[in-house]
Amino acid sequence: MNTRMDKLKQTALPVLMALILLGIWQAWTVLAEVPAYLVPSPWLIAQTLIKDWGLLSSALLVTIKITVLAFVCATVLGVLVAFAMVQSRWIEAAFLPYAVLLQVTPIVAIAPLIIIWVKDPTASLVVCATLVALFPIISNTTIGLRSVNPGLAAYFQLQKATRWQTLLRLRVPSALPYFFAGLRISGGLALIGAVVAEFVAGTGGTGTGLAYQILQSGYQLDIARMFAALTLIALTGVGVFVSLAALSRWVLGGWHESEIR
Amino acid sequence: MGELTAAIDLQGVEQVYPNGTRALQPVSLRIEPGEFVTLLGPSGCGKSTLLKMVAGLLKPTAGRIALSDTHLSFVFQEATLMPWADVRSNVRLPLDLAGVARPEANQRVDEALQLVGLQAFAQHRPRELSGGMQMRVSIARGLVTRPRLLLMDEPFGALDEITRNKLDADLLELWRQQGLTVVFVTHSITEAVFLSTRVIMMAARPGRVVLDQRIDNPWPRDDDHRTTPAFNESVRQLQHSLSQASSEPAV
Repeated sequence: MNTRMDKLKQTALPVLMALILLGIWQAWTVLAEVPAYLVPSPWLIAQTLIKDWGLLSSALLVTIKITVLAFVCATVLGVLVAFAMVQSRWIEAAFLPYAVLLQVTPIVAIAPLIIIWVKDPTASLVVCATLVALFPIISNTTIGLRSVNPGLAAYFQLQKATRWQTLLRLRVPSALPYFFAGLRISGGLALIGAVVAEFVAGTGGTGTGLAYQILQSGYQLDIARMFAALTLIALTGVGVFVSLAALSRWVLGGWHESEIR
Repeated sequence: MGELTAAIDLQGVEQVYPNGTRALQPVSLRIEPGEFVTLLGPSGCGKSTLLKMVAGLLKPTAGRIALSDTHLSFVFQEATLMPWADVRSNVRLPLDLAGVARPEANQRVDEALQLVGLQAFAQHRPRELSGGMQMRVSIARGLVTRPRLLLMDEPFGALDEITRNKLDADLLELWRQQGLTVVFVTHSITEAVFLSTRVIMMAARPGRVVLDQRIDNPWPRDDDHRTTPAFNESVRQLQHSLSQASSEPAV
């Protein structure tokens, strides 16, 4: 009974809050006669979303495609690098400074170079977004692969487990909670990377994403469409987070402290 | 033939840490097959160190260790179970690592779980079990390989007294039934007296053996045994030896 109330609270309250805020916003723009080119009303944004759905939905698909591709690339690459790094301290010492360098250099600064180097526009955007999303996967997975219960490690040693058995049966499962925490960060970062890269790429020809729509709307002072595009980006971010959280709960739910309710 | 060979034969085994700390002065010991030997002593007396050297987890700095049968199992102070795997997979782990075929492995897991009374919990995850039950799983994992020698490092140290007494009694039953040789580390005198056929008392700073005492109390030992005069007398004797050993300056 209590948990059902809690669930209701957790879903109903945010929705109620959103409705109240949107109501205030709507009332304010109507009553104060705020011009639509400064702050459009929620109602106008919703109308624009429907009116321009053809344009916005294809842009949304482009942004989602780049985000997902970058996220997958970052995951695969990050896991490979992490596996390499835990194999020996030498490899880690050689790789880690560059991984950090990659992390601390702002993507906006590297993006123009990548866009020049990589001819294919989609590929160049994916590379940029991958670079943004990569580091949390590398660092979290590395920490995870090292965070093995010392008692279990001693047990595996005692049973004369091979390196491969230890990796598969002990290190990988131990790393999963850290890996999933990394995934959640990287999922959001992949979207940010995709949007930032699109901004930098600027005048992309065909197949442009939501960031380009925002730029265009800005030039045309179509602020309602800008808000509509922004809404879609925000919803995409929420979608990415929610699906990764669900994946994490599905994998870790049975045993790890972080997912046990 | 088995009676002629010691289960464990230690000759001048010692442990000096790289920083020069002497964890254990040279120890020579002969443990016969079928004995239940307790290494008893305070923290820092080197009892766990000695056990780890017998298990091969730690290399002695000097001396020789001979085992008649290297087929041994080690039970740690913590249950050291894989939290992501259910009880069945946890118990099956040593067989999986050794490449035993799945049907046979599963059958042996069932037998081991039966021995510790956990058949009904095969599908449970470790976190769903109490501390005592987790320890039982750990013991089942130790028994599933059908060892001749069971090495236990303060296995029930973290449990409450009632649970510990129950597990002690069950362990004795397993020992008799399976014909095991057991080396058991503890810092509890009563636990040592209850379990052992022989107590090896150790002292700290530096770690050393101070007493090698047979416990000839009658079998079978059940909970009532804990209140018999013989039991109390053994406890009193060991207590006395322990305080004497602690006050004696080390050689």
